[in-house]
Parts: sequence; structure tokens; C-alpha cells
Amino acid sequence: MDNHSFRKQDKDARIFNFFNVLLLSVFTLLIVVPLWNVLVSSFSSGQALASGKSNFWPTEWSLENYRAVFQDTTIWHAFFISVAKTIVGVITHTMFCAVCAYALSKAKLRGRSIYSAMGIVTMFFSGGMIPTYLLIRSLGLLNSFWVYILPGLFNYYDVIILMNFFRSVPESLEESAKIDGGGDWRIFWQIYMPLIKPGLATIALFNGVGQWNDFMTAKLYITNQALYPLQLKLYNIIVQSQTHDMAKVAGSVALQSTTKGVQIATIVITTVPILVIYPFLQKYFISGMMSGAVKE
Amino acid sequence: MQPAQEVPNRKKRLFKADSLLGQWQLQSMIIPGVVFMIIFNLIPIWGLVIAFKNYTVTDTMASAPWVGLDNFKEIIGDQMFWQSVVNTLAISFLKLLIGFVLPIIIAVMIFELKDGPFKRIVQTISYMPHFLSWIVLGGMLISWLSTTGLLNQVGEMLGLIHHAQNQLIEPSKYWWIATLSDVWQNAGWGTILYLATMSKIDPTYYEAAQIDGASRMRQIWSITLPGISEMIGLNMILTISGLLNSNLDQTLVLMNTQNTAKAEVINSYVYRIGLTQGNFSYATAVGLGISVISVVLLVFTNKVAVKLNDDRQIL
Repeated sequence: MDNHSFRKQDKDARIFNFFNVLLLSVFTLLIVVPLWNVLVSSFSSGQALASGKSNFWPTEWSLENYRAVFQDTTIWHAFFISVAKTIVGVITHTMFCAVCAYALSKAKLRGRSIYSAMGIVTMFFSGGMIPTYLLIRSLGLLNSFWVYILPGLFNYYDVIILMNFFRSVPESLEESAKIDGGGDWRIFWQIYMPLIKPGLATIALFNGVGQWNDFMTAKLYITNQALYPLQLKLYNIIVQSQTHDMAKVAGSVALQSTTKGVQIATIVITTVPILVIYPFLQKYFISGMMSGAVKE
Repeated sequence: MQPAQEVPNRKKRLFKADSLLGQWQLQSMIIPGVVFMIIFNLIPIWGLVIAFKNYTVTDTMASAPWVGLDNFKEIIGDQMFWQSVVNTLAISFLKLLIGFVLPIIIAVMIFELKDGPFKRIVQTISYMPHFLSWIVLGGMLISWLSTTGLLNQVGEMLGLIHHAQNQLIEPSKYWWIATLSDVWQNAGWGTILYLATMSKIDPTYYEAAQIDGASRMRQIWSITLPGISEMIGLNMILTISGLLNSNLDQTLVLMNTQNTAKAEVINSYVYRIGLTQGNFSYATAVGLGISVISVVLLVFTNKVAVKLNDDRQIL
């Protein structure tokens, strides 16, 4: 190839790179600007919000929205329910799946093909919304905190991920522990669990996001306000604020701007925990992609 | 397989290390999972029988009278149901059209970037929205689309919108709002598996193509895209089999009294008929019918994809 065509290739590459970076910048801005707008709105006064003046920069800095949220004890209560169900849910789910996955990862497990066939059935078939609701009702889990925990204990997608982690541990470790007289439970707990920490972290983080973001469980099974998680509380605020918006009752402008302010501040507060764990999540994206926890 | 001479010695066999009792510890680890699957997965599947019964609040599942296919016959004349099917399909096809192609394009673009801070920033930011709940995202959307919100402001600035209004109460816009907000949330996240697949393409292909003077576009067309074709096929199968599934969280948060006619999807219809109105049997019949069609779609698309892929299995 002569010098000329090399230079042409060089020029082509520069044009390509320019447009590539330009278009990706636009794409990134399309994500950042709306999020920035929410953050700015949450720090704006109700008036500025209602007039639509502070979309990119707050015209009137104000903490009144957050103050209103902090004063509403029901929001705080919902926040703590969400924290509690996330912590309890993540620990029990990860442990339960790890125990099952360990047993299933052993080729010598009797009945293994039956167990895994059952698991695969659960991945592809379900009774759907109504039969599941009737089951939850007959188990007495309606309006119980445990409805957040029990139905989500086990997930075969997560079991498969953990099984692969268990299989990557060399078998010689188990054999030498067996010679020392350790039972399966002890070997599982003392030898295997410390070795598959990345697998456990993947499951825990993605399940945690799923628990925190889960809305339908509460919407379907919980009517007792004392058990509302943050997502359902936020949903009710949104619905209420929209009703105000549409009713447009005379004199309700003040009410409208407060509910809007509370709504936007609650949105930010609901998102903060996700932002906090996001950097940790990033390490496990690929292995977590398969996890059922984020499969909608 | 046990050697034949050990069969008579039952007692010894029972307690051998790899017999059922001999591995009781291992078995005790899987039993809770099995019990879970029986209760929470198999019983609801059995519960589908109420689709063929007339189940009311006073009945138990067993005592409810059988009605055969009556519930399914009722579906045929149910206009609200068919409206929800139209909405579901319309939104799914729009999502398929935009939401399927965009991650492929973006993945290729990101792959073409040099490693460095810009690439990292683009990836970090574009994956983020995937982790927002639909309630949070719905709340944000309502604020962006409101009369004084971001969209109207920017639209007016650019001269594209002359009369600011709440975009969500406009039924004709709902399908686009549902589609584009879904694409906004997942376009970046959808690139991950493509990028992981691309990173496994042998770099010598690109070096050889450069020596032959192939342009960047040509390299993308002839090396990158063929390299991820299998992943595209897999995604296509999963997407098409999910055409009748809709995002219930999204629908519940974005639906309002004005846009219901265009916003109601099959899921939200089942929810409303079954749990708000207590018509359990009919709602179960609708859900079951949709699941059956989805399985048929999955099998059919898989067949087609295997044909297109030179008879190699994808699923």
C-alpha cells in the first residue's frame, strides 16, 4: 500500500472518531440532563417549580421540599421498611440460594436431575398473578412483613450462577477436608463460602437492587399503611399529586406545588441508596446480567 | 450403578457414602429448596385450574364449580381485552423497533472508542438508568412531561412546541412515551452483552482488514456485526417471545384517567379485573391464554432463528 492511501485511511479514521465521540456525547447528555433536572428541581422552591423556571439551575435555592419530606413521618417509616426488607431479604435470599447451589453443584447428589428439572420448570412456567395471589392469601401472608421475604427466598437463575462459582473450586479441597472428618455443612461453610465471595456479592447486590426497587409485591399484597415500603409510598404520592394536577381546583395551587416538591424530593431520596451501591455493582455487571433479580 | 454383588447387603448399601442416607447432609441442603419450589412455583401452576372454574370469594379452589371453556369464550367478545392486546402489541413493536436496534448501534460505537476516561464515563452513565425503579422513573417522567417541565421548556426554546401542555394526558402520545422512556432506561444496559461478545473477537481480523485498506465502517460491517450475530439472534428470540408481556410497573405509574384507552395493557387488565374487581377465574383465563401464546411464539421464533443461523441451535 502506498503512502497516499495510508493518509486517506488516517483522515477517514479522524472523521469517524469525531462523529463517534459527538454522537455518544449527545447520547450521554440525553441521560444526564434529565437526571440533573430532577436534582435541581428538588432543591427549588415550590414557586420556582410551579413556574417552570428552574430546569437547569435552581432560580431560588431552597430546602423546603426536603423539609416537608423530613416532617412527614410516614415517608420515614416507609424508608425504614424498605431498608429492613432489603437487608433481611438479601441475607436470607443469598444464603438460601447458596445452600441449594452447593448441593446441586455436587455430581454425587442423589436425585440431582430431578431437582434441576424442577428448577428449570420454575424458570419457564409460573401460575401467573392470580393463582400466586390466592396462594399468598391462603398462606396468610397478606399484610405481613414476610411477604417481602419468603416468596423471594429462592431463584433458580441465581442458583445457576452460584453453582458455577462452586464448581470452579478445586475438588481436592473438599477431599482433604473430608479426610479430616468434616461434614458437608461444615465444608460448605468453612471452605467453600469464603472462596466464592465474588459470586455471593453478585447475587447480594443485584437482589438488593431488586428488593429496594420492588413495588408490585407491596401493591399486590399489602394494604396496611404501616408496612408500606418507600416505592409504594412514592407511588401514592405521585398518584395524589397527579389527581391534584388534573382536578385544578381553585385555590389548590399552593397545595399543588407542595405535593410536587415532596414528590421530587422523595424521588431523589429513593434513588440515593442505588447511587451509593452503584460503584460496587459495576464490578459485577457481567455475572449479574443473568441474575433473575434484575430481570424486571 | 451399584455392582451386582452388593445388592443383597441392603443395610450396608443404605449407609454407603454415596447412598441417599449416606449423603443426608447434602440432601438436607437441597430439601428446603425443593419444598420452596413445590409451594411457591408448583402450587400456583396447579392453581391455573380456576381458569376452567367459576371461582368466587366464597369458594375454595376445589369446591368451585367447573365451567369448562366458558371463561375463554367470554374473552372473545371482550372489547376491553382486545383493546389491551392492541396497546400491548403496539408498544411492544415500537420497543422492538427502537429498543432492539439502538443497543447494537451504541455497543458498536462504544467498542470503536479508544480505552480511556471518555469510554468509561459513557459506559458508567448509560448503564445507570437501568437501576432506577419504574416508580422513580415514572415520577421523573411525570415531572419532565408536565406543563412546566423540561420537555415543554426545551421544546419552546427550540421552537418545536408552541403550546406547552401536559404530554401525559394526551392519549395519542402514550405509546411513544411508554416506548421512548423504556428505551431511555435500557439502551445503555442492553450494550453489555454485545460488548462482552465483541471483546472476544480475534483482534488479528481487524489488523488484517486494516492492511487490506478496509474502512472503519467496512470493518464494523464485516467483522464486528458477524461476530455478535449469535447474540443478536438470542436477544431476538427472547424479545419476540416477550411481545405479549408488558411492563406492569410502568403502566401502573404512567396510566391516568385521560390516557387509559391507550395505556391499558394485558398485564394491567389482568390486575384490574382480577384483583381490583375480584373476578379471579376470568383474569386467570386471560393470563393463561397469553402465556400459552407466548410459549408458541418462543418455539416458533426459535425454529425460524435456527433456520436462519444455518441450522445451528441458539437456545
